Amino acid sequence: MPKIAIDGIDFDAPEGWTILDTARFLGLEIPTLCYDEGLSAWGGCRLCLVEIGTGEQSELVTSCTYPVEEGLIVRTATKRVIDARKMVLELLIAQCPASKVLQDMAAKIGLDRVRFKPKREDCVYCGLCVRMCEEQMMAKAIGFVNRGNKLKITTPFDITSEECRRCGACMYICPTCTLRCEGPEAENVLCGRCYNELQPTCLDVYEDYACWMGLKGNCGTCVKEETEKKKED
Amino acid sequence: MKPEDAKSIVKSTLDGGIVDDLVYKEDGNSFIHLSEIPFYRKQMRILSGKNPLVDPVNVEDYIALGGYKALVRALQKSPEEIIGEIKTSGLRGRGGAGFPTGRKWEITRAQKGKVKYMLCNADEGDPGAYMDRSLLEGNPHSVIEGMIIGAYAIGAGEGWVYVRNEYPLAVKHVTIAIEQARKLGLLGENILGSGFNFDIKIARGAGAFVCGEETALIASVEGKRGIPRQRPPFPAAYGLFAKPTNINNVETLANVPIIIEKGADWFAHIGTEKSKGTKIFSLVGKVRNTGLVEVPMGMTVGEVVFDIGGALDGKRMKAVQIGGPSGGCIPRELFHLPVDYESLTGAGVIMGSGGMIVMDENTCMVDIAKYFTNFLQEESCGKCSICREGTQRMYEILTGVTEGRGTEEGLTLLEELGGIIKDASMCGLGQTAPNPVISTLRYFRDEYTAHIKEKRCPAGVCKTFIQYMIDLEKCTGCELCRKNCPQEAVEGERKKPHSIMQDKCIKCGICYDVCEFDAVVKITGGKNAKNSN
Repeated sequence: MPKIAIDGIDFDAPEGWTILDTARFLGLEIPTLCYDEGLSAWGGCRLCLVEIGTGEQSELVTSCTYPVEEGLIVRTATKRVIDARKMVLELLIAQCPASKVLQDMAAKIGLDRVRFKPKREDCVYCGLCVRMCEEQMMAKAIGFVNRGNKLKITTPFDITSEECRRCGACMYICPTCTLRCEGPEAENVLCGRCYNELQPTCLDVYEDYACWMGLKGNCGTCVKEETEKKKED
Repeated sequence: MKPEDAKSIVKSTLDGGIVDDLVYKEDGNSFIHLSEIPFYRKQMRILSGKNPLVDPVNVEDYIALGGYKALVRALQKSPEEIIGEIKTSGLRGRGGAGFPTGRKWEITRAQKGKVKYMLCNADEGDPGAYMDRSLLEGNPHSVIEGMIIGAYAIGAGEGWVYVRNEYPLAVKHVTIAIEQARKLGLLGENILGSGFNFDIKIARGAGAFVCGEETALIASVEGKRGIPRQRPPFPAAYGLFAKPTNINNVETLANVPIIIEKGADWFAHIGTEKSKGTKIFSLVGKVRNTGLVEVPMGMTVGEVVFDIGGALDGKRMKAVQIGGPSGGCIPRELFHLPVDYESLTGAGVIMGSGGMIVMDENTCMVDIAKYFTNFLQEESCGKCSICREGTQRMYEILTGVTEGRGTEEGLTLLEELGGIIKDASMCGLGQTAPNPVISTLRYFRDEYTAHIKEKRCPAGVCKTFIQYMIDLEKCTGCELCRKNCPQEAVEGERKKPHSIMQDKCIKCGICYDVCEFDAVVKITGGKNAKNSN
């Protein structure tokens, strides 16, 4: 079993697990959008990014696709990771502000601004429906068409597909079909975020291992560590 | 040269002389030998030099020039020796990333399993670049020989050339070359009696830029949508049809027979410490001589641009865009940089497959960044969110800047977004997509600021910021602009100064181009634009 270190925890991960499997097993939170346990990993939404390696060799990878390997060092919530995740989510919310899944996630990871003009589209191209249709329903009735800014998901030739059994699995798994609540600020790109205000704290003081205590730096652990380090210097 | 010149050419050739009038001339000097012409003098054409000498559809031509000699030599050695030779030569992938070729082969060779594949990446999607095309069209056997040697080294039994369907001549010539090689026993079973079997097929690409990325290329050859997948596993372990696969660029493979023939040490003495050999660039833009140039690695950008390309009269070169659409722009101040992988990466651009576009003071850097970002937002496969949405948003912000809606906050966002797209994208396309934006912001921020704060396009390109006016003193009233204006925006009588009605003008610039007296001027932000051709 490959020995890995994930957020400072040494762990013998079973062969064949991904970083995401390991993190979930250990109770470490990594947000995901295009990932589903019953489907093949896609790696497209870029929300499950984690940082592997150290120093100049470190890089961001998608935890849902990356297999554990001997000696792997993973950090799931560094500043680099959080910044990238927030930007990804900012782009996705700007694309599809009506999605409840995205809005909840925004509240959770503390995204508090959207600097892009809302597109108000219906789809974020996570590909869950396409994989659901192909891998679980064995129908292959829908798929991606075109690329880049013309990308869309549809049936062949945009006509009702003979392969489609109208099972509705695509709608079941779609993260944007569930609309956010039409609260007092339904027009805003970001919703009223009653979900919670929990977000990683202390990022300004400490770039590694952000804590998710929701205490906004009140617990003082990381701050103390940092001050002690400064004293030593 | 004209048909009637033939007589004098034949005559003087028989007399052992030359026809002075027909010799190539430049700046008043005449050049008798090709190698003396400024465009060729500094080049080192070890790859492209054979192109004019061989008939691409005639294998005998290639063999007469020593072709397939390297294959014969290679088959007498062990695969490990070949890999060692390539490693010693220091050859690195010419597709852009510069991964050491010998190392790549070694990794693929070390994989378990009997079935392995060798792919040649000829999906040259960069607009304005045609290095691979020229090799495939002009000397296809050199690439095929490289592929056979590579396949022998890694232990592959089957190979594909993935070539764009937009290159019909390349497809034709490679097809003919493969057939000829098969007939001569250079492909197929028991190649040259060595017991080694290898054959090549052709896969034609449908022209998606992203299919040059290796995992997307593999998906495309398999008949799936050409989209990349997250690595690892790398193609060397899990590639085409889930088997170990090695992918090399056309130019990389064309280098292989030369290394085997002339020796790794000979090859390693060309170039710099870390980048060996030569590189073909497609030199285009505001230079006197455009075309493919092959130079040793380590030559400075300035030498390529000034000595080989040559400055256009009266124009000041401003920047060079290197590395194709996802490359970056380096300013004139950095023209002393040597052309090698490390130096270019350090300057924020990439070697890429070798596009080199020269720009002068008439080029607006914001417009350039916008142009390339537009290309990339259309060519992003759309699989990963940050690249798909990110390139679209970068394009949106850049369009805003060129249309007078830019803000300082927009530039900060552009920088932040660019950094994250680079960091968080799945494949090479996304990881390099912000290069045009980041490099122009880094070196030409003043141009962005001029657009935003002074509402002025210094190069006189962005239509929102320019106005065409007629200089009343210079205008002779010839009516040329009035007759050519598609909007009937020019008014005035014959022999009297004309004027442009700004509300009707669509800024197409036709009046500016047709005026023979330089009477039409381009104004931006209250000043004359630098543009003065």
